[in-house]
Amino acid sequence: MEMNVNATAAPARDLSVTLSGVRLQNPVIPASGCFGFGYVMAEYYDIDCLGSISIKGTTLNSRFGNPLPRTAECPAGMINSVGLQNPGVDKVVEVELPKLREVFHQPIVANISGFSVDEYVEACRRIDGAEQVGIIELNVSCPNVHGGGMSFGTSCESVAEVTRAVKAVTTKPLYVKLSPNVTDIVSIARAAEDAGADGLCLINTLLGMRIDVKTRRPVVANVMGGFSGPAIFPVAVRMVYQVSKACSIPVMGCGGVSSARDVIEMMMAGATAVQVGAANLRDPYACPKIIKALPEEMERLGIDRLSDIIGCV
Amino acid sequence: MTNIAHKLRVAENLRLTSRTWKMVLEADHEGIITAPGQFVNLEVEGKFLRRPISVCGVDGRRITLLYDVVGEGTYEMSQWPVGYVADVLAPLGNGFDPSRSGDSPLLLGGGIGVAPLYQLARELVALGRRPVVILGFNTADDVVWEEEFRQAGAEVYVATVDGSRGTKGFVTDVPACTDPARTYFYACGPLPMLRALSDSMPIGGELSLEARMACGFGVCMCCVVQTADGPKGICKKGPVFRKEELIWK
Ligand SMILES: Cc1cc2nc3c(=O)[nH]c(=O)nc-3n(C[C@H](O)[C@H](O)[C@H](O)COP(=O)(O)OP(=O)(O)OC[C@H]3O[C@@H](n4cnc5c(N)ncnc54)[C@H](O)[C@@H]3O)c2cc1C
Ligand SMILES: Cc1cc2nc3c(=O)[nH]c(=O)nc-3n(C[C@H](O)[C@H](O)[C@H](O)COP(=O)(O)O)c2cc1C
Ligand code: FES
Repeated sequence: MEMNVNATAAPARDLSVTLSGVRLQNPVIPASGCFGFGYVMAEYYDIDCLGSISIKGTTLNSRFGNPLPRTAECPAGMINSVGLQNPGVDKVVEVELPKLREVFHQPIVANISGFSVDEYVEACRRIDGAEQVGIIELNVSCPNVHGGGMSFGTSCESVAEVTRAVKAVTTKPLYVKLSPNVTDIVSIARAAEDAGADGLCLINTLLGMRIDVKTRRPVVANVMGGFSGPAIFPVAVRMVYQVSKACSIPVMGCGGVSSARDVIEMMMAGATAVQVGAANLRDPYACPKIIKALPEEMERLGIDRLSDIIGCV
Repeated sequence: MTNIAHKLRVAENLRLTSRTWKMVLEADHEGIITAPGQFVNLEVEGKFLRRPISVCGVDGRRITLLYDVVGEGTYEMSQWPVGYVADVLAPLGNGFDPSRSGDSPLLLGGGIGVAPLYQLARELVALGRRPVVILGFNTADDVVWEEEFRQAGAEVYVATVDGSRGTKGFVTDVPACTDPARTYFYACGPLPMLRALSDSMPIGGELSLEARMACGFGVCMCCVVQTADGPKGICKKGPVFRKEELIWK
């Protein structure tokens, strides 16, 4: 009755993809905030089967985050208002990354947030030096923090400004993670590309809200939060499709992915790699199950090399 | 590495009171639960988030839960027939530490918070300790598991807020609670009760907290509490914390 957690069972087909020169054995990456700093998950399975790992959103200074409750049930998804709880970039580099390094032996994605251009720049500069960081992912879209990430991700000017400033002090490929809470995601994506971004990641959570009808109060203490899970998959596919058609830099697709078929659909829409978020929270084995199912799904669909289907639509 | 995903068969699922149900889940092997006070996280059809429920008792391959039907998820659970195969994450959380109990520990449960104390009481008795259990409920109709605690070998008292059964008031109003012979305490119940105990108990103790959870296994940070050692996830570093660890705001 136990599930098989061995996800590395000899894939006969080529699952590898390359993001700005960083080669991943497969395109499956747990999304930021849904995998902690990775090493806790290594208690449950061998995480070396993953393509990469996007670590919990890290800021220059430590943050406790928002008051509780921080989560709400939704149809085919959930709301979170964690509010970027993290120990700050120095502790992440000195304490968290070395723990992850013992159990994950491939390049990671360092997800960074900030509340001013200077904060982004300083946090990115400090994490850029960590050897295991393969890609820096700028979260310009976290909807949780007042006056924070949200404002950067919603204007072309501020996205361009922070991208340019961080690019100037970092050596690793820089990916900008976009917010879906905008009227024209394509113009924001182009602004990031023009400012020097090496790639893009989309989408972050959609701003949402639930109300407890018995108490007549919002369910999460912060009133609103980020909505994610299977419900947002069509929105993510649409945005990845639009952005990858309009830009020439690689895209990591994210939002509602929970099966091997979703991964393939996201790649057909234009994603080079695919991030899996909330699905990990419902099923801690979501990623190894997807990786294990990918070769079978490819066989069924007549795909020899996964990288062949990127943006084929 | 521990596999925390299990398919467990419902062996019993019955109503005990107007709100509380008992469910027995059967695994195909023993040893899934490793400490008293741990919890499981149950997948419920049609719900994205799992529902966390404490382990009340462990008997070989059988795991007993007590749960209140309070919303759609727990209602759905109450409809599971015998033979239903539940998707369960376990073991989750740290659990109580019976080794700190001393000779005559106090076990304080408020409402459905009595559940995780039962396995603890059994383990304390097995260690030769003399646990004193105080169960607090709103009213006589809500009282559950009193006889089970007694049969486990504990000295049992009941308090009800409306006085319809046992001592009128809260668990702290039962004289056995303040008896200086008590060596340590273990508590699970509503936050105001835990806070009051934390402030008033002159002896050391452990408190089992709850919070709305998304994962239940320590990666999303939806369930954090402030401690002397910085913020900690209730689901992974808890749900049981020592009294001195917690910082109440
Ligand atoms: C570690 C832990 C152990 C628990 N042990 C027990 C137990 O042994 N017996 C028991 O009856 N209950 C227990 N609870 C509470 C139980 O999880 C909730 O009553 C249950 O999730 C309610 O689900 P629902 O769909 O019926 O209610 P809804 O109100 O519809 O649930 C909506 C959402 O809120 C969450 N939620 C609602 N109430 C609570 C609560 N009190 N605590 C945490 N999350 C909540 C649900 O999980 C769900 O995500 C425990 C909670 C935690 C965190
Ligand atoms: C609990 C939780 C915490 C998150 N924290 C972050 C974060 O720190 N930084 C970030 O860029 N995105 C964060 N996200 C967003 C996810 O990385 C992802 O973009 C989003 O949830 C959509 O994917 P999904 O539908 O697969 O969950 C978080 C999401 C969840 C559910
Ligand atoms: S519920 Fe996810 S960390 Fe506790």
